[in-house]
Amino acid sequence: MTSLSKDPAHPGAADEPLLRVTGLRKSYGSSVVLRDLHLEVGRHRCVTLIGASGSGKSTLLRCVNLLEEVDDGQIFLDGKDITDPRVDPDEIRSRVGIVFQSFNLFPHMKVLDNITLAPRKVHGVPKDQAEAEAMELLARVGLRDKATARPDSLSGGQQQRVAIVRALVNKPVLMLFDEVTSALDPELVGEVLAMIKDLKSDGMTMLVATHEMGFARQVSDAVVFLSEGSVAETGPPEQVLGSPQDPRTQQFLRRIIEAGRL
Amino acid sequence: MAYRRSRTIRSGWIAFASTLIVVGVLAALVMTSEGWPRFRKTFLKWDYGWEVFPQILDGLWLNVRLMVVCEIAILILALTVAWVRTLRGPVYFPLRAAATVYTDVFRGLPLILVLFMLGFGMPTLRIGWLPSSPLFWGCTALVLTYGAYVSEVFRSGIESVHPSQRAAARSLGLSHGKTMRHVVVPQAVRRVFPPLLNDMVALQKDTGLISVLGVIYDAVLRAQIATSQTYNYTPYVVAGVLFVLITIPLTRLTDYISRRQGWIGGGTV
Repeated sequence: MTSLSKDPAHPGAADEPLLRVTGLRKSYGSSVVLRDLHLEVGRHRCVTLIGASGSGKSTLLRCVNLLEEVDDGQIFLDGKDITDPRVDPDEIRSRVGIVFQSFNLFPHMKVLDNITLAPRKVHGVPKDQAEAEAMELLARVGLRDKATARPDSLSGGQQQRVAIVRALVNKPVLMLFDEVTSALDPELVGEVLAMIKDLKSDGMTMLVATHEMGFARQVSDAVVFLSEGSVAETGPPEQVLGSPQDPRTQQFLRRIIEAGRL
Repeated sequence: MAYRRSRTIRSGWIAFASTLIVVGVLAALVMTSEGWPRFRKTFLKWDYGWEVFPQILDGLWLNVRLMVVCEIAILILALTVAWVRTLRGPVYFPLRAAATVYTDVFRGLPLILVLFMLGFGMPTLRIGWLPSSPLFWGCTALVLTYGAYVSEVFRSGIESVHPSQRAAARSLGLSHGKTMRHVVVPQAVRRVFPPLLNDMVALQKDTGLISVLGVIYDAVLRAQIATSQTYNYTPYVVAGVLFVLITIPLTRLTDYISRRQGWIGGGTV
């Protein structure tokens, strides 16, 4: 069986984490979204970001994918500062996959064309080869028969799985997940989380923003609690979720429990 | 079932009768007016109309060809201008500014003034390498004026594509250009298809305005010449009817496509 993720062939320093964020700041106008944020994700690790809406989870992920320009601070991918203006953002983006809350599939393209767009138009992979690879991945996630379907004829869970496959064909070294199950009906959440778990066991490095505390507990190597744009607490899941030290984490988890989500 | 059918038949009869009455009253009103016999002689002299019909039809064929050629040029110009206006970054400022000034100016200028200025003005300049044919400058006037309108249609389509589509494409490593070409513009064009067809219908009849340059023998100029020979206006009526006959199928096609798009999820198909 082929692996969903290909092992990165980038020889960074052995002890350098794949992703290192230092002193990150980001504001939109007068509202400060990220303030002096520090974070590390080691190779083959899954780090989960939790925190209230507006705590900066999405903005952090968008900064790592260079979809947002940072105001200050550095983001190192494989030891290389990707916030350097001389870095080609398209090259970085094609090595860092991101999956969005609202799927963002291209509605005017078939599922297969959604997936092969980047390989064909960015990496110059011949159509036949790109489609063969895409079909193989679709088959792995049980969506082979949906290859010629339009995205809007798929269920939310299926669309999100296609979006994950679309990010994976670029053979990213790092995957970012931005609340990918928040827009799904409850019965569809499982199939998407299962796919992310498979990726984890294949050794993919991941940074996952989520409200699924069960998932955070089971899958992640570390949980990072964000509050007002900086890291309030970080540690192994059982510690952050089981016996949180910071009062803000305690309050957040209390609300989650009251809402019946833990 | 039978009841419903009888209701439908009854509705049909009512519509028929009410139409008959409305048309009858209007016709009676017009035909009993004092000037009617004279109006009829000047505008509805069918034997003269039939006599000039072949020339006008021949002129109309020129209008149709002009429409097709101009439409292609307009679409290319308009899409280019709309595209330029989406470019970000200080380097592109001159291009963006030029595109903005162009749309502002040509949306404001009456088409007939542009026709006069280009059709009579440009050949007067006697710039050797520029064509001096009024046909060329007449078409240019149409293309420039309609290009400004259509570019705004394209731009509104481009801006209606949700930013998350752009983010998704950029996140896959597609450049701005490739994102526009493969993701944004295809969706934008689908959305603005009905207004585009509408502009095409308008263009079809506005090709008749080229006749003001006096040397392009399209349907309107042919009608004008025929009229000036006899002081009978029937040729204009013939030309008008022919233009309507051409635009009706185009309008119906527009409606059909809009409706079909409306049926399939928010016009994004």
